[in-house]
Amino acid sequence: MRTYILRRLLLFVPTIFGVTLVVFVILRIVPGDPALVMLGGFEGEGTFTQQDLDNVRKNLGLDKPIAVQYVTWIYDAARLDFGDSFFTNTPIWDEVRPRLPLTLQFALMAILLAVIFALPMGVISAVRQDTWADYSLRIFAIIGLAMPTFWVGSLVLLGLSLQFNWIPPLGYTPPWENPWTNFVQLIFPAVALAYSTNAVTARITRSQMLEVLREDYIRTAMAKGLRERVVIYRHALKNASLPVITLFGVQFATLLGGSVVIESVFSLPGIGRLLIFSINVRDYPMIQFLVTFIAFIFLTMNLLVDLLYGWLDPRIRYD
Amino acid sequence: MAERTMDTTLEREFGLRSKRSAWHHFVRFIREKPLGAVGGFILATAILIAVFAALLTPYSPDEFDADARLAPPDTTHWFGTDHIARDVYTRVLFGSRVSLLVGFIAVATSTVIGTVLGVASAYFGKTLDLLLQRVVDSLQAVPGLVLALTLIAALGPSLFAVILAITIVRWPGTTRTVRSVALSIKESQYADAARAIGASDMRIMFRHITPNVMAPVIVVGSAVLGGAIVTEASLSFLGLGVPANIPTWGNMLGQAQQRYIAAGPWTSIFPGVALTVTVFGINVLGDAIRDVLDPRLRGSR
Repeated sequence: MRTYILRRLLLFVPTIFGVTLVVFVILRIVPGDPALVMLGGFEGEGTFTQQDLDNVRKNLGLDKPIAVQYVTWIYDAARLDFGDSFFTNTPIWDEVRPRLPLTLQFALMAILLAVIFALPMGVISAVRQDTWADYSLRIFAIIGLAMPTFWVGSLVLLGLSLQFNWIPPLGYTPPWENPWTNFVQLIFPAVALAYSTNAVTARITRSQMLEVLREDYIRTAMAKGLRERVVIYRHALKNASLPVITLFGVQFATLLGGSVVIESVFSLPGIGRLLIFSINVRDYPMIQFLVTFIAFIFLTMNLLVDLLYGWLDPRIRYD
Repeated sequence: MAERTMDTTLEREFGLRSKRSAWHHFVRFIREKPLGAVGGFILATAILIAVFAALLTPYSPDEFDADARLAPPDTTHWFGTDHIARDVYTRVLFGSRVSLLVGFIAVATSTVIGTVLGVASAYFGKTLDLLLQRVVDSLQAVPGLVLALTLIAALGPSLFAVILAITIVRWPGTTRTVRSVALSIKESQYADAARAIGASDMRIMFRHITPNVMAPVIVVGSAVLGGAIVTEASLSFLGLGVPANIPTWGNMLGQAQQRYIAAGPWTSIFPGVALTVTVFGINVLGDAIRDVLDPRLRGSR
């Protein structure tokens, strides 16, 4: 177990460095001269003097060699100094921190919703295989896979405004200030975000359950007269849920990507909306930080899921 | 001489056989995978609509009807009109062009890059393999849409940038799959045999390994096509994809969402349905193709 954790951690470090390198190459090398793009836009419109250009270059350290730029960025980041936003001139972390609770709470709610609904859906689908219940649940799931998250969000908003002439209050109220407002603000976007995650999870749960239900130990449990409910939830679901757990590591990426769009649909002031805004105003230092940060969260989640998996299933060892 | 006779017999035999079996497979596919066949039908219809869009409507996508701004669906405007009085039906038809074009090109490029690099990575191993796989790790560590947005941030929004972004997002997955399959083929007897008679690396890679990884490549390709189309729509929806004046489903949905969704729900519902139905068709077709070509991957998505 210890070597497993160690190996897994050792893999984490080069990947994080890889991510910083990828982000750096895309944002600092691909556009040619980022300072020019930041001031003049992609079409080069706008007015600015050579002096402005030199200032931006100096601020971003663009006047130094590429390798030096990269090392400086990593060195500063390691000391939790992420630089200043180009747009607001305030430290990046001060901009990001107040938006963090929203995105994290929102992602957590979506995951919870997806689990709460997907597991029973998958179980029912498998136990009642090839009945109308199975078919309708599967169709519900397969439509969820095809519907883009942002459109689900649009439809939720549309339904609320047409049916109840009401939309969730804009902005974000932390739960410790007003739990009810907080809940009402986040539950609808969370439902929209959870739908596709839910669809994938339900499908995997179903196929895993179908496999497990054919196992000998299930027949034994049934034969010795245990109640069906006990067999299904205590014996079958427990074993079927392991692959479902690994899935969450992967799905967290979809969730983070989805929250970028959903935050825009519901005008939620979170990390995702900050990213879109930063792209629109070409705030390169901010984009660079946010993308690395999102990848960091995703990798950490994956690491935790893998460790949890290794702990839950003693058969898994990393060698 | 004897050898040659055998060859031609085999060829004829094979030719006849494959001709009969193509039709045979087609019929069997429809019978055994009805949902997949529905998906194929949907995709074929979408392609036909994209090609013949101009013949299916009396309007042009940019033409506006000054008397009918945000008009609900009726007999003159089947899907209603949008906020600057353009015909939604026409724009939905033309929107299929960009969606499918971006989807197919992005999947083609990412498949070619992913296959070549995956085969090379497996075949040469060592440093190349190590480096490539670390690049793949790093790219896969960034959520797809966020990675695409990063590229758009660097290049500025355009049709080319969208296709490039989706390609960058999708090739690592293909490479991973191709590499793992190619690793086992590399050790096979026929690869050994080719090496023994002195075939070059290139020849072994492209004549012997690549044809044998085609099944998983097709499976992965059909699985990512739907995702590619959704990514394009998401980027356009956010105003960071295809330029706003080009009719695409994502652009229509984005413009509807911004201001007019409650005043004209049809401006969002029709493009959304078109997008969902197309992606649904591609997904179920992809699932069926996967079941037929590679039963081991069943349930992997």
